[in-house]
Amino acid sequence: MRNDGRKFNELRPMEAKIGVLKNAVGSAYFKMGNTIAIAGVFGPREVHPKHDEDAEKAILRTRYNMASFSTETRNRPGPSRRSKEISMVIRNALTPVLFLEDYPKTAIDVYIEVLQADASTRCVSLNAATLALADAGVPMRDFVASCSAGKVGDKIVLDIAGKEDTDGQVDLPVAYYPKKRLLTLIQMDGIVTKDELKTIVSLAKKGCEQIYEVQKKVIKEKYKEVGHNDNS
Amino acid sequence: MITVDKEAMNEMIARNKRLDSRELDQFREIKVEAGVISSAEGSSRVCIGKTEVIAGVKMDLAEPFPDSKDEGVLMVNAEFVPLAFEKFETGPPSDESIELARVVDRTIRESQILDMKKLCIKQGEKVWTIFIDIDIIDHDGNLIDAATLASVQALLNTRMPKMNKETYEIDYKTKESPLPINGMPVSLSFVKISGKILIDPSLQEEDSMDARFTVGVFEQNSETKFCAMQKGGTGGFTMEELDMMLDIAEEKSRELRNVIKE
Repeated sequence: MRNDGRKFNELRPMEAKIGVLKNAVGSAYFKMGNTIAIAGVFGPREVHPKHDEDAEKAILRTRYNMASFSTETRNRPGPSRRSKEISMVIRNALTPVLFLEDYPKTAIDVYIEVLQADASTRCVSLNAATLALADAGVPMRDFVASCSAGKVGDKIVLDIAGKEDTDGQVDLPVAYYPKKRLLTLIQMDGIVTKDELKTIVSLAKKGCEQIYEVQKKVIKEKYKEVGHNDNS
Repeated sequence: MITVDKEAMNEMIARNKRLDSRELDQFREIKVEAGVISSAEGSSRVCIGKTEVIAGVKMDLAEPFPDSKDEGVLMVNAEFVPLAFEKFETGPPSDESIELARVVDRTIRESQILDMKKLCIKQGEKVWTIFIDIDIIDHDGNLIDAATLASVQALLNTRMPKMNKETYEIDYKTKESPLPINGMPVSLSFVKISGKILIDPSLQEEDSMDARFTVGVFEQNSETKFCAMQKGGTGGFTMEELDMMLDIAEEKSRELRNVIKE
């Protein structure tokens, strides 16, 4: 049993919604336990500044930002080295599923705001970003699902949360692109043996497969509603 | 130097051929020099093939962070100096330089080779800060592995400056004891091209890569341990590819550790 009563291979309760913002072309809300992120997508749209434009494909821009009130001690507003790195790994994790080559000379902007942080914020951000892109109707080869696994008190556990984040030995977030069976985000810190590492990655991958089902369900419901209206 | 386009590179790699006729799991020649900068407390120059990196360690006193009142502070920074590569620009740090510094930082920090508690002078008030600054001098790929090697070598080479225990004044001219350090983490980087996995990528190989993977490795009680991972680039890796890279990393890390001088 873990601090919050979960089993070692159990994800936190999830809540996913799309179309949560009026102005963004697509948007999503994703909650895992006490970590909450919203994502908004703008574009494909004209690139500013112009010199960032790519004649062959759309450029994907991502911004991961933690709200100042999202952590116990206030998070200083504005970009940090940490948030810049996370924005980049999120961009790298999403790129393979997007048909960027279909939208040359445009930009697709994905803005992510972490409203409440209780570990695995990059994973929850990625899950929201994927849904927001799908909600925006940006053509995608697949969804990217993300979660963490790690080692806490010498036990290997899925979806690090709460005290497990600060007291844990290993934190390993991954993102998974199921149709191609590709891990598109892999990070890790902590000390592990090779065998433990392999076990942690495969546990995280299984977690991603469950999240993938949640993402698919949310998007399917959107189109079910449209279909229903058409028939009536 | 021979240059080929991306298509030709993909074709070559698909046939297990590299431009510099290396094996897929072979490093280029590595040269490590320690103590190359006299103004720094510790320093090192590392060349991997034509890639050249200098790391310098400077030390100063600071207030500890509130969540670790009895520990010293480690800061890693990387400068992608414009003289190294036509695509390095002056101005604010690029995403790549931030990533490099953070991956090197994670490998060193997480391996716990530095006893940060021994760098505390007065709990909650005064601790030593170790600044590792990495200058990329010439870029021919695999900057992360070169930067990690140079940083670890510079730490091992560091002699702490003399400090007056009453006034906290530092005499940078007088160098005293080494850092409280035990162990030598290294990082190993791989790229995937045409579905093949290569170690120690050159710049041209990096230009053709689908994805990059870096792992931090060290030895603890004569057992191989992993302390950091980072996937770079826009592609991905399968579980099988990841397992294979971890196996190669375990083997090659011993080779890499041999070039560091204790």
